[in-house]
Amino acid sequence: MPKWFMPLAGLAGVMFAASPFVIASVRYESTMGLVQKIFYYHMPSASMFLISAVVCGIASARYLFKGSPRQDRLAYAAAELAVLFGAITLVTGPLWARKAWGVWWTWDVRLTASLMGWMVAWAYLLVRKYGGPGSDKLAAGLALFGMANVPFVYISVNYWRTIHPKTSVVPTLPADMGGALWFSFASFLLLFVLLLRLRVHLEEQRAKLDSLYLSLDE
Amino acid sequence: MTPPRRSRGEGVRTAWLVLRKDLTVEVRSLEIAYTTLFFAVSCVLFFAFALVKEGKAPEDGAAGILWIAIAFAGTLALGRTFERERQSETLRALLMAPADRPAIYVGKLLGIIALLSAAEIVLVPLVAFLFQAPLLSHPFWLAAVLISGTIGFAAVGTLFSAMLVRARSRDVLLPVLLYPITVPVIIAGVRATAELLQPDVELALVRFWVALLLALDVVFVTLALWTFEPLMTD
Repeated sequence: MPKWFMPLAGLAGVMFAASPFVIASVRYESTMGLVQKIFYYHMPSASMFLISAVVCGIASARYLFKGSPRQDRLAYAAAELAVLFGAITLVTGPLWARKAWGVWWTWDVRLTASLMGWMVAWAYLLVRKYGGPGSDKLAAGLALFGMANVPFVYISVNYWRTIHPKTSVVPTLPADMGGALWFSFASFLLLFVLLLRLRVHLEEQRAKLDSLYLSLDE
Repeated sequence: MTPPRRSRGEGVRTAWLVLRKDLTVEVRSLEIAYTTLFFAVSCVLFFAFALVKEGKAPEDGAAGILWIAIAFAGTLALGRTFERERQSETLRALLMAPADRPAIYVGKLLGIIALLSAAEIVLVPLVAFLFQAPLLSHPFWLAAVLISGTIGFAAVGTLFSAMLVRARSRDVLLPVLLYPITVPVIIAGVRATAELLQPDVELALVRFWVALLLALDVVFVTLALWTFEPLMTD
């Protein structure tokens, strides 16, 4: 592991431990009150979910067209993180929606597209696990479709009449709420980078082990 | 190793030859057409037993069931089409032929679309009859919705079932790959069809869903053409 890993992991730990206090210290949103605070975890995890899908898609495209196994390991790691952050997004979203909209779930464009992206990430992992030989390429093809969905999730709220808040909400936040949001965002981004690095490292070790076994057989 | 670039005319010819080959094989046995249709019809019948009570069908039920039947039957047809190629190792021969891979893909895709369209010609009147749905009141728009939806579904399906030919447990993995990606196609198809079933149809809404379906078709076909070559190369 690189030298920067442990100090940054410590920093991420401190930031996540501090984040509840940071979020508690900012003012309540006037209409939604306490439940609005879910937003400080929901939006960063949703961003990481989309970033994971993009990383997975780009790495898969490079793996497909260039054939570098490093890119394949990166795509695998990113797909797992897409499942993880997608799960956080899809749990925190309905918790907020129950209070704000009165329903847990609605077939809104952004919600549907997010769910679909999450299912694609799951399908990616299932294919890699059970597809047998050659499944890495298959999964890479799938990841490209998953990535095509990302801009759709992002712009959907601005183009359709949906009830999900628009992306333009973020810049209009008052300074303290914006500060807490970006603090959370930085924590999640740091966590994402660390987990990605850790997961790629694990895959590298596995590949090394495989090649060792192979050379032992020869 | 990539084959030397060929002219566009040759690509069209390859696609046509692959399509003609598939249709000839199918017309001789009619295996996929019969089994797929039988499956789709039983699917619709089950829903009719379950949902139609005292001659009254649930609102918008017909649209959903029509598309579920198409998606299930399509999955079956896709699996069978490529299973046939696998059993006799003909897919390998097809890929070894000096032809552009995207042209082979297009030929296969057209074959699947033809099969599914044939199934839809039977399914639409059946659903209209069993669910008392005025499906045929706007035949032009219904055809536009069905064709654009079928293209989107088949574009992804052809790519993945071709790739799955070599994979283990391909029967299970095809739906796993196909359904998450085609969710938007099915949603747009169902919403558009449901709108066509309303007493006073709002054509602007139907036009919107058809436009979305066409946009999805473009995205899916482009992505599939782009990735078919590297995905089918060992």
